[in-house]
Amino acid sequence: MKNYIKYLALSAVFLTACEAEFENAIEDGGVYTNGSADFSNFVSVGNSLTSGYADGALYITGQNTSFPNILAGQFALVGGGEFKQPLVNDNLGGLLANGTQITENRFVLAVGANGNPGPVRLSGTPTTDISNLLSGPFNNMGVPGAKSFHLVAPGYGNIAGVATGASNPYFVRFASEANATIIADAAAQQPTFFSLWIGNNDILSYATSGGIGVDQKGNLNPATYGANDITDPQVFASVYSQEVSALMASATGGVLFNIPDVTSIPYFTTVPYNAIPLDAGTASVVNQAYAQYNGGMSQYATLGFISTEERDARTINFVEGQNAAVILDESLTNLPNPAAPGTFLPKLRQATPDDLFVLTASSILGTLVDPNDPSSAIGVGSPVTDQFVLTPSEQALVVAAQASYNATIAAVAQANGLALVDAKAILSQLANGGISFDGGTLTSTFATGGAFSLDGVHPTPRGYAYLANQAILAINATYGSTVPMVNIGDYNTVTASQSN
Amino acid sequence: MKKILFTSLFLFSCAITFAGGYRVGLQGQRALAMGHTGVAYVNSAEIAFFNPAGLVFLENKINVSAGGFGVFSDVAWQNTSTGQFSNTDSSAGTPFYLYGSYALNERFSLGLAVYTPYGSGVEWPTDWAGSHLVNDIDLAAIYIQPLVSFKINDRFSVGGGPIFVTGSVNFNRNANRTLTDLEGNRSNITVDDSGVTNWGWSVGTLFNVTDDLSIGASYRSEIILESTEGVATFANFPDSPLVPDNGETSFEASLPLPAELTVGLSYQRQKWAFNFDFTRTFWDVYEDLDIVFGNGQESINPRNYDNSSIYKFGFAYQASEKFSLRAGYYYDQTPIRSGYFAPETPRNDGHGFTAGLSYAISNNFAIDASFLYLRFEEIDESYDYVSDGSSFGGTYKSSAFAPGIGVTYKM
Repeated sequence: MKNYIKYLALSAVFLTACEAEFENAIEDGGVYTNGSADFSNFVSVGNSLTSGYADGALYITGQNTSFPNILAGQFALVGGGEFKQPLVNDNLGGLLANGTQITENRFVLAVGANGNPGPVRLSGTPTTDISNLLSGPFNNMGVPGAKSFHLVAPGYGNIAGVATGASNPYFVRFASEANATIIADAAAQQPTFFSLWIGNNDILSYATSGGIGVDQKGNLNPATYGANDITDPQVFASVYSQEVSALMASATGGVLFNIPDVTSIPYFTTVPYNAIPLDAGTASVVNQAYAQYNGGMSQYATLGFISTEERDARTINFVEGQNAAVILDESLTNLPNPAAPGTFLPKLRQATPDDLFVLTASSILGTLVDPNDPSSAIGVGSPVTDQFVLTPSEQALVVAAQASYNATIAAVAQANGLALVDAKAILSQLANGGISFDGGTLTSTFATGGAFSLDGVHPTPRGYAYLANQAILAINATYGSTVPMVNIGDYNTVTASQSN
Repeated sequence: MKKILFTSLFLFSCAITFAGGYRVGLQGQRALAMGHTGVAYVNSAEIAFFNPAGLVFLENKINVSAGGFGVFSDVAWQNTSTGQFSNTDSSAGTPFYLYGSYALNERFSLGLAVYTPYGSGVEWPTDWAGSHLVNDIDLAAIYIQPLVSFKINDRFSVGGGPIFVTGSVNFNRNANRTLTDLEGNRSNITVDDSGVTNWGWSVGTLFNVTDDLSIGASYRSEIILESTEGVATFANFPDSPLVPDNGETSFEASLPLPAELTVGLSYQRQKWAFNFDFTRTFWDVYEDLDIVFGNGQESINPRNYDNSSIYKFGFAYQASEKFSLRAGYYYDQTPIRSGYFAPETPRNDGHGFTAGLSYAISNNFAIDASFLYLRFEEIDESYDYVSDGSSFGGTYKSSAFAPGIGVTYKM
C-alpha cells in the first residue's frame, strides 16, 4: 500500500512536469504591458452606451457585452481588477417600479405572419424592480438616458422622482444614496483609470423625437430644460470639465468619447423619405385633393408671401410609383387660411432626401388616421407629424450643438492628456461602407448590418466590441500600453426569437 | 504484485479516451519502450499487432501479452493578438491491448489481437474561444482480429487476418461563434454514436536475413466508420424559424481509420537488440469531416490530411536473467497541413521518448512496464476553413505522458 502511494505521488510529479506550457504564456502575464496607465481600478461613466443598453432595453447579456466590460476583460491582461456591473435581473430588460412595469422589454428579431423577420418587443413580465436597491460600488456607472448635466445632478437616483421624470430609474437601482450624483459615486471609487462617454442624449433625445423639443442654446439653467431639448453648449462645456476633473483626481489616465452624428445611426437612415407607393389612379385622385392647396401656394408666391422655392417645396404632387411622404414642417411660413380667417394653412410639403424619418415612422406611414376614410393615409392624405421627421432645419440645430460639444471634448482630452475615441468618425465609417472583419463586414444597416441593435440607436455586442477596440487603440497610443484588441467576430449581433 | 494490480486498476478505472491526435501509438509495453518498434522483432505476442507473420517464429506454444496505458495529455492554446488563452482539461485515457498466439504445429500459428489504435479525447472548456470548432470530442475504436501465421521456410513467413472494428464517437461543438438563446447560452450540437462497426484486414511478412538480422513489413487496411444510427442533439438554439429547432435528430457522418504500412528491421546480438521501423500512415483518405443532419442542416469541415511518416528507433538490453531494459525514440510527423490545424486534433510533429523494463517473475511470466513522453514544439497554426469564412488560430503547445503496465505469459 505504501508503494502504491509512492507510485501515485510519482505519477503526480510526472503529470505536473509534463503540462504543456508556453515560453511566453499570456496566462502568466508576460505578454502585454500597461504603459504609463494603471488599469487596476477601472470606472466607466456615461449613459446607455456605457451601460450596455441594446435592443431598447437593459438586459443581462447586453450588460455582459457593454464596451466597458469588454475593455475590462482586456485590461485584466495588464493588471486590471474586477469590474462590477449593476446587472439587472433578467434578459427581458423591462423595469418595474414597485411591481408596475415602467420601461419596455427588449426587442428580438421575430418572424412575422408575413414570413419576414422584424423587431418585436419580447413578451413576459420583467423581474427587475428598481425598488430593490443594489449595494455598490459599481465600476460601470453607465446610466441609460443620462445627459451631461445629469451626472452632476443630486437626487438623480432618488426613487421619489422617477414618476415625474426628475430622476432616473436606472440610477435609482445603484445610487449610493437618494441624493447622490453619478459623478461623485464614480469618483468616490478612486478610479485609477476611467472612461467617459456623455453628451449623446443632449442632442439625441431631441433628434429621436423628431425635433419636437427646444434648442436651449443661451439658457444656462438645465433645471428648466424639457426632456427632448438640446443642451446649451456652455452648460455642456461646464459640466463636462467638472466631470473630467472629478475623475482625474485619482486616475492615472482615461479615455473620452466624442458624439457621433445622428445620420450615422439607423434610427434615422432606415425609413426612406419616399416610402409611399401609389398607382396612377390613386395618384391622380390624391393630386385632385391637393389642387386647391397647391393653387393657394401659387397665389401666395405671386403675392410675395413666400418665395418661389417655398412654393415649389410646398406643392404636392403624387405620381405612379414611389412618392415622397407629405409632412408637417413647422419651419414653413405661416400663411392665412382664406377659408377660415384667423387660422393658418397647414404647413405641408413633401419630404425630400434631406429629411430624416425616424425608425418608428415605419409603423405609421400609410396607416389611416380615420379607419373609415381611405384618403386619410398618413403621408398621403394626412401629413406625417413633426415627431416622426427630423427636418434639415432641425438637423442644423443638432449639428451645431454636436460640433460645439465635440470641440469641448477634444479640448478637455488634450488639456488632460487623455485618450480620445473619435466616435463620430468611427460611426460615420460604419454608415459609409462599413468595417470588414474575419466573418464579413460590419455596417450600420438596420437589423442586418451587425453594428446596431434592433432599437436602431444602440450598438449590438459586436458594435460595442468594435468601439472597445477603438478605445484600446486610443489608449495604447496615449499611454504606451499594449492592450490587445478583441476579435469582433466572436461577438453576437441581434438575437432571433419569437416573442414568446 | 499487489501494488501493480492496484496501479493498473487505478489506470483502468478511467474512461476510455485518448491523447492528442487520433492515431494512438500504444500497442504494447515492450514495443513502446523501444520507440514503438517491432515489425521485425520476434519477442512476444505483441508482434500480433506489429507483424502477424512473426507469430509463427515465437519460441513457445502459447504466448499472451496484455496491458494498458494511462495517457495524460494536455493542450494549451493562446492567441496573442486578442489575449485569449485556454487549456484542455487533462484527460486520462486508457488504451489497452491483448494479444495471444497458439502454435498449431511447426509451420502454423493462430492468434488473436485486441487493440485500440485510433481514438481521441480532447476536452476544452465549454464555450472557449474555439468552441465553434470543438468543445469536446471522445472518439474510440477497438480492433478485434483473429490471425494466422504461416512459416514458408525457416527464414520466411507470412501472416494476417481480418479485423473487426467497433467504434464510438461523442462530439460537441457550438453552432457558430455567436449564436445564443435569449439567456445567452451558446447554441450547440452534440453528435453521439456507438457500436459503429466495420471490417478490415492486415497482412505481414517476415524474413530472417541472418540469424541476427530480420526484416519485416506489414500493412493494415483502411477502415471507414460510417455512422448512420447515431443521435444529434441541438441545444440552446433560440426559438425562431430562422435557426434549427432544439431536440434530437439523426445524422450521417463517416470517419476514416487510415491504412498503415510499416517496414523495419531488427538486429539481435547476444544481450542486445536494435530495432528500426518506418511507418507510413495513409491519412490522405481523411479529406473532410462532413456531418449531414436529419433536420436538413449540415456541417462541412475540410480536413485534407496528408500522408505522414513515423521514424522509430529502439534498443533492448538483457541486464540479467530477470531484468530487461529498453529505450527508444520516435519522430512522429503530423498529417495535418498548415491552415487545417483544428483544435479537435491539435497535433503537430512530435518527438516520442520511451523507456521501459521487464521483470521475469518466472520462466513463464513477466511483468512489463513502459513510459512515453511525447513532446511537441510550440506551433503557430490555424484552421482557415471555418464555415463563416473566418480562421481560428493561435499558438498551440501540447504534451502527453503515458505510463503503461502489462504482462507477458508464455508456455
